[in-house]
Amino acid sequence: MAIISYRDAINQALFEEMKRDPSVIVFGEDVALYEGSFKVTRGLLKEFGAKRVFDTPISEAAIVGMAIGLAMDGMRPVPELMTVNFAYLAMDQILNHMALMRYMFGGQVKLPITIRMPGGGGHQLGSQHSHSLEVHFVHTPGLKVVYPATPADAKALLKAAVRDDNPVIFLEHEGLYNLQGEVPDGLDAAVIGQAAVLREGRDVTLIGYGAMTHVALQAAEQLAQEKIEAEVIDLRTLRPWDVKTVTESVARTHRAVVVEEPPPHCGIGAEVAANICEQVFDELDAPVGRVSGADVPLPYARELEQACIPHAEDVIRAVKKMFSV
Amino acid sequence: MNKRELMDAYYRMQLARSFETRVAEQYTKGRIGGFCHLYSGEEAVAVGALVHLRNEDYVIGSYRDHAYFLIRGGDPKRAMAELFGHADGCCKGKGGSMHLFDRDINFFGGYAIVAGMCPIAVGLALSVRNKQENRVVLCFFGDGATNQGVYHEALNMSSLYQLPIVWVCENNVYAIGTSVSRASAEKSLAQKARAYNMPTAVVNGMDFFKMHSVAERAIAHARAGRGPSFIEAKCYRYRGHSMSDPATYRSPEEVALWKKRDPIPRLKEAIRHDFEATEEEFKEVDDKVRKLLDEAVAFAEAGSELPVEKLYDDLYVEMT
Repeated sequence: MAIISYRDAINQALFEEMKRDPSVIVFGEDVALYEGSFKVTRGLLKEFGAKRVFDTPISEAAIVGMAIGLAMDGMRPVPELMTVNFAYLAMDQILNHMALMRYMFGGQVKLPITIRMPGGGGHQLGSQHSHSLEVHFVHTPGLKVVYPATPADAKALLKAAVRDDNPVIFLEHEGLYNLQGEVPDGLDAAVIGQAAVLREGRDVTLIGYGAMTHVALQAAEQLAQEKIEAEVIDLRTLRPWDVKTVTESVARTHRAVVVEEPPPHCGIGAEVAANICEQVFDELDAPVGRVSGADVPLPYARELEQACIPHAEDVIRAVKKMFSV
Repeated sequence: MNKRELMDAYYRMQLARSFETRVAEQYTKGRIGGFCHLYSGEEAVAVGALVHLRNEDYVIGSYRDHAYFLIRGGDPKRAMAELFGHADGCCKGKGGSMHLFDRDINFFGGYAIVAGMCPIAVGLALSVRNKQENRVVLCFFGDGATNQGVYHEALNMSSLYQLPIVWVCENNVYAIGTSVSRASAEKSLAQKARAYNMPTAVVNGMDFFKMHSVAERAIAHARAGRGPSFIEAKCYRYRGHSMSDPATYRSPEEVALWKKRDPIPRLKEAIRHDFEATEEEFKEVDDKVRKLLDEAVAFAEAGSELPVEKLYDDLYVEMT
């Protein structure tokens, strides 16, 4: 067991998967020589050489298209898009090619691609650098989407994503790169589609993912002081997501709040709420709550930006409303 | 080229042309739906290039893809069935006219997004280059594609990484109803490719021999590991952009002028002249083509769509 950062956990997973499978290749902007703008790909070029770890021009669409071609010829590409915001430039290749080619060609291709993308806000990076884009990918049949909240999950889920024969969008939160956590030695690949109950409770189920999982945990700690015991579930994967674990929990607690960083429209909160209603409506003592980001592009100013992102007090407020007479 | 090779080229061009004629008939009868883009008139481009390829070389192209599929050796029955949307089509009816695909003939697909397959060609070429296989990749696209952003990304990368790709631009003058003169600030499409530091050629795409010669050089260049090159093949589609396009943006005089340059009679004349081929020999080829296509249509007519229970098949690879 070691305590390592979320960043290093991803780095370790890349090392291990590249050692394990010679068809795994990593490429993107500044990932090789510069070792990654967030240093996630540190050491890979030195270890594996320029054929397997290489830099590309600033060409997001072609980065993804190239991954598709490589995958069709039997490689296992793990390209990086420098941040999730730049994925917009590659959306046609991701949503209109990669996601649908297996189906469109009647099963004749498989695309074992993992696209890594760091995202999320909170660091005054401005509205074009602070997106959370998961919804666009989760909406699209043919993709899988994972979003680890902890170093151990970052490692296990990346291993799973790389080994998956389907296209996987691997989302990382920039604010979590320095988060330290326990990562067991010899940690194996996770199962994509399994959530984790991080804290048990009987009064309300808090559902989060990515950085918001930690906001939910903070809220749960403070709620406990007021004798409200919250169960905290980390979704870990967004497509497929673990409907069973969430609905079983809500069946016991009778109240649910989803915590999501982006604005609420058609988001993960809406998706989870709809499923909870469909599956365990009779168990609900209150409508499913959503604590979401503000419905604006993220501003630069520090306080204003923080006001856009859910914090523990927002979750606590939402939970308490469910208990008010 | 010897007589056998030329008769083979004639056969492939006639197969492509006749297939499109049959498709137009079936489309009009309502057996084929959606968007359907015919290659009639451009056969010399595809045949001139593809006859140089080995089985192990890779081909990828646009939605005007029936000819690439057939000329590579794809089964006309499986193509026609795919256009009918039937389960025994090459893509089980899930792709349709614009999305033929057959790994057995190394045809990596038709794509509906203009230039969308260009970076995919880069990936294929990078993979074969890394594995040190002696394959080349041919990527076919039209004049319209040369203005798309990702096209430029792909050409740049192909040259930067010195990949074994031949970029074949079918300049048939129009992108639907927009001529090159109304879409491209630089009228020479080859000049645009030169910006990416690769050799280029401009060729009369209605002349099989010229296309054949230019393609031979480009393919040899790629196979020798000397990187990508670009061919601008000036050609013309005799029909509209698709079956829904009456092509009123082209004058009858212009169409008539290009019809005089029809590559198939031209090739026939050259074979007659150089090898004294007889009408019986050509008729034998025509009969073979007609029979193949009769079988293809009959095969397609006899088939049916996948049952709706199979709707969710082939979306994901099941991971155990």
